[in-house]
Amino acid sequence: MTGPSGMVASLPAAALVGAFVAITLGIALWAAGRSRSRQGFYAADGGLTGLQNGLAMAGDFISAASFLGISGLVYANGYDGLIYAVGWLAGWPLILLLIAERLRNLGSFTFADVACFRQRQAPMRSLAACGTLATVAFYLIAQMVGAGQLIQLLFGLPYAVAVIVTGVLMIVTVSYGGMIATTWVQIIKAVLLLTGTVFMAVMVLAHFGFDLGALFAEAVRVHPKVQAALAAGATPAEAAARILGPGSLIGDPVSALSLGMALMFGTAGLPHILMRFFTVADAREARKSVFYATGFIGTFYLLTVVVGFGAITLVMTDPRFMVPGLPGQPLDPILQLRGSTNMAAVHLARAVGGDVFFSFICAVALATILAVVSGLTLAGASAVSHDLYASVIARGRAAEQDEVKVSKVASLVLGVTAILLAIAFEKQNVAFMVGLAFVIAASANFPILVMSMFWGGLTTRGALIGGWLGLASAVAMLVLGPTVWRDVLGHARPVFPYANPALFSITLAFLGIWAGSVTDRSPSAAAERKAFAAQFVRSQIGLPAARSPRP
Amino acid sequence: MQDEDVERIMAHPGFRTLVRARNRFAWALAAVMVAVYLGFILLVAFAGGWLGQPLGAGPVTIGIVAGLAVVVVAFAVTGLYVRRANRVYDEQVRRLLEELT
Repeated sequence: MTGPSGMVASLPAAALVGAFVAITLGIALWAAGRSRSRQGFYAADGGLTGLQNGLAMAGDFISAASFLGISGLVYANGYDGLIYAVGWLAGWPLILLLIAERLRNLGSFTFADVACFRQRQAPMRSLAACGTLATVAFYLIAQMVGAGQLIQLLFGLPYAVAVIVTGVLMIVTVSYGGMIATTWVQIIKAVLLLTGTVFMAVMVLAHFGFDLGALFAEAVRVHPKVQAALAAGATPAEAAARILGPGSLIGDPVSALSLGMALMFGTAGLPHILMRFFTVADAREARKSVFYATGFIGTFYLLTVVVGFGAITLVMTDPRFMVPGLPGQPLDPILQLRGSTNMAAVHLARAVGGDVFFSFICAVALATILAVVSGLTLAGASAVSHDLYASVIARGRAAEQDEVKVSKVASLVLGVTAILLAIAFEKQNVAFMVGLAFVIAASANFPILVMSMFWGGLTTRGALIGGWLGLASAVAMLVLGPTVWRDVLGHARPVFPYANPALFSITLAFLGIWAGSVTDRSPSAAAERKAFAAQFVRSQIGLPAARSPRP
Repeated sequence: MQDEDVERIMAHPGFRTLVRARNRFAWALAAVMVAVYLGFILLVAFAGGWLGQPLGAGPVTIGIVAGLAVVVVAFAVTGLYVRRANRVYDEQVRRLLEELT
């Protein structure tokens, strides 16, 4: 499906990509000298301003999936890309309103600090760490698939080699630089990516005289799904709705609701986003950073949808961007797009801005991926070193240097795992893959976090039952569902029919937490319920409490 | 913090007023956000055909405007809360902490 020839990088592309990678590594090395302490490595010493942190949050969140994936989804399915864009944004206000403040007042580095404020440390931290690792793993795969396809398209390297190169760069960035390096890479890349996307969207709109209607009309005219509908006897309005209304991606109500819940609640369970509430000095700056992040992310996603429609009008009709098919066969511009539909935005960059802009977008997209995977790996590594190693294995007696060392080893292991999995998931749409990471975050992390903050009746037993149930059911249904069971493992039919199981796994998690807690008659459960008052007071006004965890 | 402290703070009128006002405001905004977003998703799930209809004469559909509206609501909700929290609640928390310690 991908042809290495014909699209291989020109010299400026290679130079730009090289320069970006060099800058990223340079920042990591510079930061290495400044992040020796544990506080520095995980939380950048809490020294960022709201705007900086907001940009870094947007940087963490606007991944290859958002940029390449949403534009690719719009290219293939039209409107469905917008559903993802809206869902990813809708979780942000909820984080701010219900979670951010309490999290800051209660926690220190990871969301597990909050989950075991009243509950027993060791089992809760193990659960939180596993939830974090599972989320990070699916998220990483999506990013690495995007990076692999991009490098393959740019330099004509085999896909597996491209994935390995990305993985190695990521491991180096994280293990040397920690949070300070990751943050600055995020900020730079968020600015560049926003600039590039604005430019691309403006060029697309300029092409149509800044008339959105004309853009949509042209997209309807050329899109093969519309043509197929017309050929099957649909009216022009019905046919146009194939790409300007909800389409084939969300076929039934269960899938739509499931996707909606995963996107909204998953955001509030993303470990690498939750970590960002600890990288600013106070609650005021934390709030401001969410406000900036929401603004950047909302603007960016809407522009990305415009970019996707632009790709329909300008890329779909251009044989330069297609892999040649068999002679005499009609061209399928969705299946035959070079480097898969994930690359639609990259092709559009060449169509509207020529070689130089194409190189710029490729370099920015790569830097984006590198930055996001670094943030993710850091969150995963923190779960291992801070939650598993320091609190469970060393029982709070680990030296800071050892903890940071474990974190670096964990980054390495995570990186290698991600490389192997990314090779298996080569053909998936990356926005969809990130959607799966959100399923796990929404099913395993989000219920525990919410219940421990809001429900005084929660006990360790309930949290463990519900949390493990949510995590296990989400992973099991994903593996048995169409994406893994049919597409990756090659079975004829999936065991579980829905691609997105969030509706079921989130419900199971909450039910498990509730049932496990109300039936818990142990003395420790009574103590945990009683401790809610102290936790509540602290979560509201941030007074240091005697029972606060000392990690 | 001892149990007596917790009880003292919980009973403090300033604490109770602040917590009640802030939580009511936050939950109201959260309810708006969830209602708007779930409404959108339910329309996608059950009224996809309606979302695909053109709005007026041009090709722009109801669904595109609806999606845009959710984004605008998300931004507005965030802005409202940040404004009030930074102007009102932070100051109240600071005064309360001074009183309590």
